[in-house]
Amino acid sequence: MRLTLRVWRQKNARERGAFKSYTLDDVSPDSSFLEMLDVLNEQLTERGEDPVAFDSDCREGICGTCSLMINGAAHGPEAATTTCQLHMRSFRDGDTITIEPFRARAFPVLCDLVVDRSAFDRIVQAGGFVSVNTGGAPDGNALPIAKVDADRAMDAAACIGCGACVAACPNASAMLFVAAKIGHLASLPQGQPERDARARSMVERMDAEGFGNCTNHFECEAACPKEISAKFIAAMNRDYVRAKTSRG
Amino acid sequence: MDARIPAGPLAQKWDRRKFEMKLVNPANKRKYHVLVVGSGLAGASAAASLAELGYGVDCFCYQDSARRAHSIAAQGGINAAKNYQNDGDSVHRLFYDTLKGGDFRAREANVYRLAQVSAAIIDQCVAQGVPFAREYGGTLANRSFGGAQVSRTFYARGQTGQQLLIGAYQALSRQIGLGKVNMHERTEMLDLVVVDGRARGIVTRDLVSGAIKTWIGDAVVLATGGYGNLYFLSTNAVGCNVTATFRAWKKGAFFGNPCFTQIHPTCIPVHGEHQSKLTLMSESLRNDGRIWVPKQKGDKRAPDQIPEGERDYYLERKYPSFGNLSPRDIASRAAKQACDEGRGVGESGLGVYLDFAEAIQRLSRDVIEQRYGNLFQMYERITGEDPYKVPMRIYPAVHYTMGGLWVDYHLMSTIPGLFVLGEANFSDHGANRLGASALMQGLADGYFVIPYTIGDYLATTKLEKIGADHAECRKSEGTVRDGIAKLLAVRGKRTVMSFHRQLGRLMWDQCGMARNDAGLKKALQEIPAIREEFWRNVNVLGDGESLNPALERAGRVADFLEFGELMCRDALERRESCGGHFREEFQTPDGEAQRDDANFTHVSAWEYAGPNAAPVMHKEPLVFEEVQPSQRSYK
Repeated sequence: MRLTLRVWRQKNARERGAFKSYTLDDVSPDSSFLEMLDVLNEQLTERGEDPVAFDSDCREGICGTCSLMINGAAHGPEAATTTCQLHMRSFRDGDTITIEPFRARAFPVLCDLVVDRSAFDRIVQAGGFVSVNTGGAPDGNALPIAKVDADRAMDAAACIGCGACVAACPNASAMLFVAAKIGHLASLPQGQPERDARARSMVERMDAEGFGNCTNHFECEAACPKEISAKFIAAMNRDYVRAKTSRG
Repeated sequence: MDARIPAGPLAQKWDRRKFEMKLVNPANKRKYHVLVVGSGLAGASAAASLAELGYGVDCFCYQDSARRAHSIAAQGGINAAKNYQNDGDSVHRLFYDTLKGGDFRAREANVYRLAQVSAAIIDQCVAQGVPFAREYGGTLANRSFGGAQVSRTFYARGQTGQQLLIGAYQALSRQIGLGKVNMHERTEMLDLVVVDGRARGIVTRDLVSGAIKTWIGDAVVLATGGYGNLYFLSTNAVGCNVTATFRAWKKGAFFGNPCFTQIHPTCIPVHGEHQSKLTLMSESLRNDGRIWVPKQKGDKRAPDQIPEGERDYYLERKYPSFGNLSPRDIASRAAKQACDEGRGVGESGLGVYLDFAEAIQRLSRDVIEQRYGNLFQMYERITGEDPYKVPMRIYPAVHYTMGGLWVDYHLMSTIPGLFVLGEANFSDHGANRLGASALMQGLADGYFVIPYTIGDYLATTKLEKIGADHAECRKSEGTVRDGIAKLLAVRGKRTVMSFHRQLGRLMWDQCGMARNDAGLKKALQEIPAIREEFWRNVNVLGDGESLNPALERAGRVADFLEFGELMCRDALERRESCGGHFREEFQTPDGEAQRDDANFTHVSAWEYAGPNAAPVMHKEPLVFEEVQPSQRSYK
């Protein structure tokens, strides 16, 4: 395959960025999108041009490190697929592919396609946990949990924290990410004692980080590589309203 | 080298030692500061647990978030001796299975402790809200897993590592939010600071700004994972590396059994020259999938055109009592054998079938989808083939490294004050790790061992107060800066990746699934030549004062280029076959690993002897009090 790549280049957080075009020949349809970028970087290095910086780690769709807006879609054109799992067979010979970083005020660009998503960590630090110390936990089977609740918790907990939901949202809202964590813990008995406090503190932190609000575009759900349902946002809103009106 | 194994009967050793160990007064804990490097299962659980106890903690990871460490990719599950299934499991059985699975090359006392604390790990994770799979009655579900005849594996769909890591990450996040842990993401450890023979700090590089900084602590905990990425193609994340442990080795920590690497039998086969990593398909698939190759050499028919009678279900044939669930090293070697005989499938001939047709017929497609849906999806995404219709093709790939820094029973290395946890240490898996035991060990070390043993070290050690301006810190910083400047100054013609690929290929061929004297000697000649060219001809663009992924990788590959030699040396020295270390010269008449207990019942612990000297090998004899080593048989 012969491809034209329009890639966002930006030296660092302070300087302005711009698109730059590259052509790439002999791309194997069996290679992954990131392997295609590896090849581009090999060629750039050989020509003495700075390689394109992008984030990736596990390259099997679970760590959430990779990102990229590919032709305007977070993680590219395939449903339920992270960029690292996207393969070049999803494109055609002669295509022009536009590659940008995830864009959101709360995700500043650090270099080329690399953004800072630490706002997500700070939201979890605000309350995305069960406050138990190591040691002294009761036997795992002492607390029966209905399979449907465990399954629902797992549906939400499958979030990989990649930020595609934010990048896809016209408001750059982080509500799907936050709702997934709140929904995971609210589905389980272990999450009940701190349920109200968690909803309050995580939502407040999310707002403070500069993420937008949800206006029901459902772009987050469509972009989510783990297919997390936007229904969790509705549940989070209920929890938040309840928490704001309760004393707990 | 004193392994500090407690006296007394095996089952009482840990309790006895817990009592013998000195405690740090609760009010004094905040006066101590611990540096934890790595935020995977071992690092995150250690950092969180130590902070909960009251110690001051700084935690470092190279990823952009602590939640992304490679523990996240473990799919299948975590073992624990709960015996919830009433199928005959016990602490002793988990201990025995792990020791035997490791081909009797692990330390009895450590493995027993691992089995003892396994049950508490599950309880801890449940309390954190880890969404383990449940039965309809609300109890925890279990499955059997490669190499075990009881169902003791707990799981969360095919994402157990992710869920356990998120549990530990949440515990860590809580401590960060409380101000008890300072978390440093995108920060890589590049040297260990040793003062008066004790680990007192680390030197790091901020991967965004390039800033080099020294951190001082009262103890250093390395939980930096394994070195499988040395092979270039492995199931590790692309960032996984040996740098932290290797640089600690150069500062005096012994390296234990570096040649013990695990080749996982069920990975998606290699497809092209630009491939950057291999993807594991959880070995839980072997519970229902049947592995086979054609009986005929070079049979290129489509799998559904090959009649039942012309298929060789070789694991079921050779190992009838374990069949498709045979341990990893055995299953991997059998696949290699079938392919070496010319019976491999797929274009390259380096693959075997993992077939679900029979299971789908017996259990229905729905059941299979429920059990393995996400794995099937992943397979289809990568290969473009539908495994519900066509059998999967799999081939072994480098997955885990049992070797690591040598540690004693307290998980302390030969440098006092340097503790090593999880895959980064050598301790519990011997020459072969059983499935679902890595998660168990990482969390055992972090939640339930280090909180005790580090307290004993701090309570019994008098440390002088030092600052980052100490001469040793300056020296370490200088070494780090020089190393970076040297990499940037070469400006040669070849990319870092091309060297990494070259080294990986050589190591896979000569020090991979099968090793022999001639091949290892060849590798020992070729590695220095690759290294020499690397330092003369590598091309790292950009500078050291900004985000520069090529520079990060160059430093890691430079370390691999030295470390590969240590692996080959160790593999050459160990003139026996055991577990994942298969020396072709030492096999039984039917091709199984032939141990030599008389000469090799020891841990090989390597000491760095300087830049131009051969490393020195020390032996820790393995003494078996409870279990008599036997020939592993899974027939």
